[in-house]
Amino acid sequence: MSEQQCFHCGLLVSDPQEFTLKVESQTQSFCCAGCQAVTSMIIQGGLEQFYQYRSSLNQRAEQQISDYTAFDRSEIQQSFVNVEGKYKQARLLLDGITCAACVWLIENFLSRIDGVHQIRVNASTHQCTLTWDPQCQSLSHIMAQLAIIGYRPYPFSAQEQRQQLIDRQRKLLMRLGVAGFAMMQVGMVAIALYAGGIQGMDPEWIQLLRWVSLLVATPVVLFSAQPFWSAAWRSLIHSALSQRLRLTMDVPVSLAILLAYLASMWATLTQGGEVYFDSIAMFTFFLLTGRYLETRLRLRNQVNTMTLTQLLPLTSTRVVNNGSEQVPLNNLRLGDRVRIHSGETIPCDGVIVQGQSAVSEAILTGESEPVFKTIGERVIAGTVNSEGSFDLVVEALGEHTRLSTITRLVESAEQDKPRAQQLADRVASYFVLVVLIVSTVVFWSWWRIQPEHALWVTLSVLVVTCPCALSLATPTALTAAIANLTRQGFLILKSHALETLTNIDRVLMDKTGTLTEGTPKVSRILCLNDSLAAKEVLAIAAALEEGSSHPLALAFKPFRGKHSVREQNIQTGAGVSGNIYGAEYRLGKSDFVASTSHILPPDDRQWMLLAKNQQPVAWIGVEDGVRSSAAMAIQQLKEGALEVEVLSGDRQAPVRLLAKQLGIAYQAEHEPEEKLGYIKALQNKGHKMLMVGDGINDVPVLAGADLSLAMNSATDFARTKADCVLMHNDLSLISKAFAVAKNTKKIIAQNLAWALGYNLLALPLAAMGYIPPYLAAAGMSASSLIVVLNASRLYRA
Amino acid sequence: MEILYLLIPIGLAFIALAIRFLFWAIQNGQYDDLDTEGQRILFEEKPDQSSKNQEEP
Repeated sequence: MSEQQCFHCGLLVSDPQEFTLKVESQTQSFCCAGCQAVTSMIIQGGLEQFYQYRSSLNQRAEQQISDYTAFDRSEIQQSFVNVEGKYKQARLLLDGITCAACVWLIENFLSRIDGVHQIRVNASTHQCTLTWDPQCQSLSHIMAQLAIIGYRPYPFSAQEQRQQLIDRQRKLLMRLGVAGFAMMQVGMVAIALYAGGIQGMDPEWIQLLRWVSLLVATPVVLFSAQPFWSAAWRSLIHSALSQRLRLTMDVPVSLAILLAYLASMWATLTQGGEVYFDSIAMFTFFLLTGRYLETRLRLRNQVNTMTLTQLLPLTSTRVVNNGSEQVPLNNLRLGDRVRIHSGETIPCDGVIVQGQSAVSEAILTGESEPVFKTIGERVIAGTVNSEGSFDLVVEALGEHTRLSTITRLVESAEQDKPRAQQLADRVASYFVLVVLIVSTVVFWSWWRIQPEHALWVTLSVLVVTCPCALSLATPTALTAAIANLTRQGFLILKSHALETLTNIDRVLMDKTGTLTEGTPKVSRILCLNDSLAAKEVLAIAAALEEGSSHPLALAFKPFRGKHSVREQNIQTGAGVSGNIYGAEYRLGKSDFVASTSHILPPDDRQWMLLAKNQQPVAWIGVEDGVRSSAAMAIQQLKEGALEVEVLSGDRQAPVRLLAKQLGIAYQAEHEPEEKLGYIKALQNKGHKMLMVGDGINDVPVLAGADLSLAMNSATDFARTKADCVLMHNDLSLISKAFAVAKNTKKIIAQNLAWALGYNLLALPLAAMGYIPPYLAAAGMSASSLIVVLNASRLYRA
Repeated sequence: MEILYLLIPIGLAFIALAIRFLFWAIQNGQYDDLDTEGQRILFEEKPDQSSKNQEEP
């Protein structure tokens, strides 16, 4: 089978001839009509260069475009639109931005629309500021245009959390900037001071240079180092309140900065001793750099997954006695009758009282094919009505919906999660204690012997033991490893993931959508007599299944188009029947298809029976294909001495078959609660496990496992709650991540050993007064540099 | 060497200016998106041969 990828989104294309389009004189294939339409719009706009510029693939396009007319109403615009003179300015959030070329495409595409005055898009926050002329163009039209080229817009309102993140990021950059400028200035002055120390220098000039250093270093201590102060303070308060010593690395860092600064200030005022202003500025700058990169990475991850809160529509159509009215979602009450039009997202849980339709529950199940719903059936908030319109009676709103219930279940499971305390913080607790005790002892001894040297020797001890290298050891290694994995497509969303990964001894995998592709395929055909050839069987089956929303119907999609069916009848849970060329065909379970002949399937795989005029004609085997990367990935994991197991909610037979094929253990027919129980039982036995999954059913399990990994094709919900996400659905990346994690642990250990060893070696020398302060400072910088360079090896590997 | 009394304050004034300028740029949102602006120069209205090489698989 030739594996062709969709030109727009990169998904595998089942039939390369089904959706095609000429792009720059080459015919390209698409996975669906949605992607084809997006590309066609982009080409019509003359912007096909976009496909050359982009550095990552687009998201799969939605087929139905939502109706945005509600956003033209002023009471709804209130929350995200400002009036700026003759123009209006809207703040929007765009879904589907993957790289900088998307920004180029959006800006170029929209600026051609009449009435759009200015548009600015930010690729890392996915925020978009749109200024338009309300006299000339409606907001809904512009929003619809954005959706047409594949970027669904949401109003940017009630997004305080995101705004806070951005503000914090900006503040941190300012602190970093100040520390950087100061580091260069103080460093320059320090060279003059050192040179002066060697060559001889008038005390007048030494004093001037010291004052300059003091002046420049002060904002570093007061402004740049502020995050360390507050974190250290929190950690102290926390230790005092809980009566347990829980010091973080921020405590020794703050202590070092504070003492070095006070000592240098004292030396400047009394015109004696040594100054360490250059070390202070440099130390702060390096630490802030690591922290800044870390928050930047986190911001990007959070932005990618934050659209979940935007799932529900802002308005809904309430049916009242004399017609219908648009009301904001907040005004809906239990028992209201709400009309859901085609393409709308269902705003609440409810029961259908009139009409019928197909509803896409992709958000909950990951299954993109819609499910048929009729009167009396329940629909769930967040799912999308993809066909006709219907009325429902509101049963649950807001936090009582099933969506929120699952969210809460997940949150509580997350809190129970065993967490490994950061190694560096454990070291820090003891380190601070030891340093403080040693310094006191040193000070006391020198005070007894030579009181005039006591202060300076003690300071020298504190500078030598300055935990720069120690505090840089872990964050620099983590930052490098995370950057490396992200580049390969293994996204780390929670900071503990890398450390936890090294403790994992068992990998549990979901079946559907994780080990398998998640879409059924026809695997074999068993003709029972000679009346129909295999090809004909497929064509007839495809015709019968056309229009059915059952997941298995997808398997026949590639064979459609040869016949047309009349009197088609779909029996839920049994099969389909229809008339083709005068003959009556039935397809589905054997007792529905041929109730008289009691025929049994050849084995316990999944089979569908086709019958012509009540006579069984052929068995069609349907299977969900195993991912091409699965066998290889499991082999690699086993080589890494990890136990691999399938944990599935599916029936015994297919799970057993798959487990046998891959040579791994299995657990089948597990409900989500049972899955969670199974994991808890294993955890009680002392196992640490990684859960790989994709559906909403996996979410509680993902949250309960020591570490969770979601497939990229997973539901948004699973993705937001997982610790890591596999971007390209390539399972073999898992073992690569294990390798990087192991490497990271090794490098952190090396860094810590080096930093501690250096400190332990220098400490007695400094305590005896053998190390002049300038050597202490130089040694400190050198050991930090070694740690940073060692960590940077993780960028490759 | 007395010139240092003039030169150092001038130097400090420049740092102050540079930091103010940096703060202004950050507040203005110019550092929010570090990815797009660097690549924008590569996006031209008309495609040419050299940009084809940047297409990733």
